[in-house]
Amino acid sequence: MVSEVRNNPNAVLRVEHLSMKFGGLVAINDLNFEAKRGDITALIGPNGAGKTTVFNCITGFYKPTEGMLTMTRDNGETYLLERMSDFVITKKAKVARTFQNIRLFSGLTVLENLLVAQHNPLMLSSGYTILGLLGFPTYKKAAADAIEKARFWLEKINLVDRADDPAGDLPYGAQRRLEIARAMCTDPELLCLDEPAAGLNARESAELNQLLLNIRKETGTSIILIEHDMSVVMEISDHVIVLEYGTKISDGTPETVKNDPKVIAAYLGVEDEEVVELIEHAAATGSDDITAAVDLLSTEAIHEIEVTHAEPSAAPLISTPATKAAKAAPAKPATAKAPAKAKTVAKPVDPAIKAGATSNALAAPRGGKPDSLIVIKGIGPVNERKLNEHGIFHFDQIAAWKKADVIAAEAYLAFDGRIAREDWIGQAKKLAKESQIKPAAKKTGGAK
Amino acid sequence: MADIQASGQDSVYLKATKEAVFAGLIAFGLFFLVVGFRTDQNINNELVLVQRWGLLAIFVAVAAIGRFIFAAFITPSRERAKLAKSKVSAAARADRRSLKATVSRFGLALLFIYPFLVILILALINFAATGQWAFQSGVQGSLKYVDNFGIQILIYVMLAWGLNIVVGLAGLLDLGYVAFYAVGAYSYALLSTHFGLSFWLLLPMAGIFAAMWGIVLGFPVLRLRGDYLAIVTLAFGEIIRLVLINWTVVTKGTFGVSGIAKATLFGIPFTTGPTGFAATFGLPNSGVYYKIFLYYLILFLALLTAWVTIRLRRMPIGRAWEALREDEIACRSLGINTTTTKLTAFATGAMFGGFAGSFFAARQGFVSPESFVFLESAIILAIVVLGGMGSLIGIAIAAAVMIGGTELLRELEFLKLIFGNDFTPELYRMLLFGLAMIVVMVWKPRGFVGNREPSAFLHERKMISSEFTKEGHG
Ligand SMILES: Nc1ncnc2c1ncn2[C@@H]1O[C@H](COP(=O)(O)OP(=O)(O)OP(=O)(O)O)[C@@H](O)[C@H]1O
Ligand SMILES: [Mg+2]
Repeated sequence: MVSEVRNNPNAVLRVEHLSMKFGGLVAINDLNFEAKRGDITALIGPNGAGKTTVFNCITGFYKPTEGMLTMTRDNGETYLLERMSDFVITKKAKVARTFQNIRLFSGLTVLENLLVAQHNPLMLSSGYTILGLLGFPTYKKAAADAIEKARFWLEKINLVDRADDPAGDLPYGAQRRLEIARAMCTDPELLCLDEPAAGLNARESAELNQLLLNIRKETGTSIILIEHDMSVVMEISDHVIVLEYGTKISDGTPETVKNDPKVIAAYLGVEDEEVVELIEHAAATGSDDITAAVDLLSTEAIHEIEVTHAEPSAAPLISTPATKAAKAAPAKPATAKAPAKAKTVAKPVDPAIKAGATSNALAAPRGGKPDSLIVIKGIGPVNERKLNEHGIFHFDQIAAWKKADVIAAEAYLAFDGRIAREDWIGQAKKLAKESQIKPAAKKTGGAK
Repeated sequence: MADIQASGQDSVYLKATKEAVFAGLIAFGLFFLVVGFRTDQNINNELVLVQRWGLLAIFVAVAAIGRFIFAAFITPSRERAKLAKSKVSAAARADRRSLKATVSRFGLALLFIYPFLVILILALINFAATGQWAFQSGVQGSLKYVDNFGIQILIYVMLAWGLNIVVGLAGLLDLGYVAFYAVGAYSYALLSTHFGLSFWLLLPMAGIFAAMWGIVLGFPVLRLRGDYLAIVTLAFGEIIRLVLINWTVVTKGTFGVSGIAKATLFGIPFTTGPTGFAATFGLPNSGVYYKIFLYYLILFLALLTAWVTIRLRRMPIGRAWEALREDEIACRSLGINTTTTKLTAFATGAMFGGFAGSFFAARQGFVSPESFVFLESAIILAIVVLGGMGSLIGIAIAAAVMIGGTELLRELEFLKLIFGNDFTPELYRMLLFGLAMIVVMVWKPRGFVGNREPSAFLHERKMISSEFTKEGHG
């Protein structure tokens, strides 16, 4: 994958081995992808997948823990974004962005918002303020040009009439468009949009599609967008990358991604069992049928999207798949690969226990009542569920883990070294002893 | 319809009466022991209890009547005004704008003729009293009004306009602004006494020194925001003051620097000698000329500050300051270097503080660390907040009210008629001052002029209501 990413002169942005850790939390895990010049690349994934974090790394708001981000400008200059500070990235590398929670200058007028975005060229033409202060004509001309440019973008986003109103007074959809126009006023070559369609109604989001296609056509700006709204993603993007728990699980054209069982499982919240069943079924009947089966499942899923999207309420699709994805068992890479592998997946030690389980996995909790594993520091509700799915229900089970078990558990929890660092085994031993005396106290939350 | 309105009026009065009685009761409860009784000593050095029912009655009556007026007239009229405001036409808005322009032009003209106006009025009063026309009498009497009111207020106008760049535009809360004032004052005081340099050379230098200190302060505090920034700037102000006190070799410590040279008018000194101003122009000797000269000097400096601020607001840097106040992260995402933007705000604000400082030294002829205590910073900041952050006119009004008001309170001898002969108005100056500030902040939380004027427009210049603008987070 990496070698494929390299040596491609067409890529406007190359992301290689990008990792971002917040303390123990791995928000992005060894991510590789590239965005082609002139393409609209979509970055999708369930809530908390790390999409915004990727943007923050690209635009310099976070320093990545590891990895290389190469921006190649139209004129051939390359910039290593991870070494640059945020404002230099916009100024020199020509990457502009919008924010998930709109960040307009609400007390400035719409026009002023667009003028602030042209700060750097205006600063030059005003001779770093000094010539401008003395009233040199160069600045006057530049200022008039800047207003013209702002007017151009205001026409594009249909806000000329409201140019002199405070940006905070605009309706939500208009604010989103204004934020895009403001980013465009910095003359970017790569535009990063964080959920531009969030909170828009169907008509507005169709207009947004037009705006984005128009931007690309007229300015040739490459676009990366994070989006939950499938109608936007499927309609306008040339290339889709799917993240889940910071890891890329799919990468390709909208068609291929749409039909990728892993994506369906992760993003649309199809239960893992269904996928396993499906693959089993496919394996049993022959490889040809798997595509048909997957298609069936994905059409169902896409249908689901459309139904949700057609709802008149402005609530975007986010809520549905997100809650589902949260409820759904997290997809494990092992569960959905090639049919050949699926066989091994389909034959675990016990039908209830997932593949890759530790040696002391149980089919069901002893006495039907599992221990509350979230009492262990470092185990949250999600991990508890994952552990339960892998046959770990009791403290004494964790307490009895050997090195190999830890490695196995870390594989399915997608942790590295955290079990040892947080001394789960030690904690579990203590808790196991306590629970023999009295039942462990219930704890509602846990470290995530 | 009329019936409904009439009954509505009745119910308003009824409600107001009720509220008035209630307010009176509360005032009675509050002041019964505090005001109603007073312990005193009689001739035999015995403690006696003096009862002051009259005074208590005044307190209660003021509370009750005040509440009544407020509930019966002020609140309804304000509501009506609010209603009317929501449906003003564009024409009315344009009207108000032209009115505002006339008012500010008129104010400016008044500022220019102020000293002569004062002289004329005093001369006329004198004429009315004695029946003798003597222009000179007006000249002598004007000293107080030109110096205590005119110059004093304009110094604060200038300081507040300077601080406005930092606090009002860039949204960086600076509690140590007086430090730059001190730097300016001491730059002039020391360089002129030691090297004999002229005021006109040292005026820009003082500004540059202060700006440099602004940058020096700016660097370490740039990462800080909000409360932390305020605390660090406060500390910086105190450090400068303590250095001035303790570096006695240079600054003479608490004794201060005295005998600072006066400013000259194109080389003509304001002295009594044959080469002095009075002799040159064939005028009788008087200290007033220097004061009038200083008045115009500070007026010029203040207007320079205003002019630069207005120009800067229309420059990219000024817009970047305001954008910084609104949202720093968005600024960075647009390629704006927020570090240098903040530094320029600090430096520009400090520079005007430095100008004002050197003027202050030239005016007083004496500087000591006592003039640069934290209270000064607080007053300047209060003027900016009271006037409406970012608004030059609002700030000028606030400075006139606050500084002029405290000066006026020195003169309120008539209060003795109300509160008895042992009432000293000077002692209550700060109390009244504080009360006035609270009232203004309750009445107009965003200051006198809370609206923001946009720096550029496409169709028409509309004022931006204060509900949209942010105050900045440091
Ligand atoms: N500054 C931070 N400090 C600690 N954790 C963070 C930080 N920023 C993000 N995270 C964590 O990283 C993970 C990924 O967050 P991110 O915001 O990138 O998700 P996302 O894919 O954008 O989700 P959404 O669809 O909800 O916007 C989350 O678990 C989040 O809590
Ligand atoms: Mg996000």
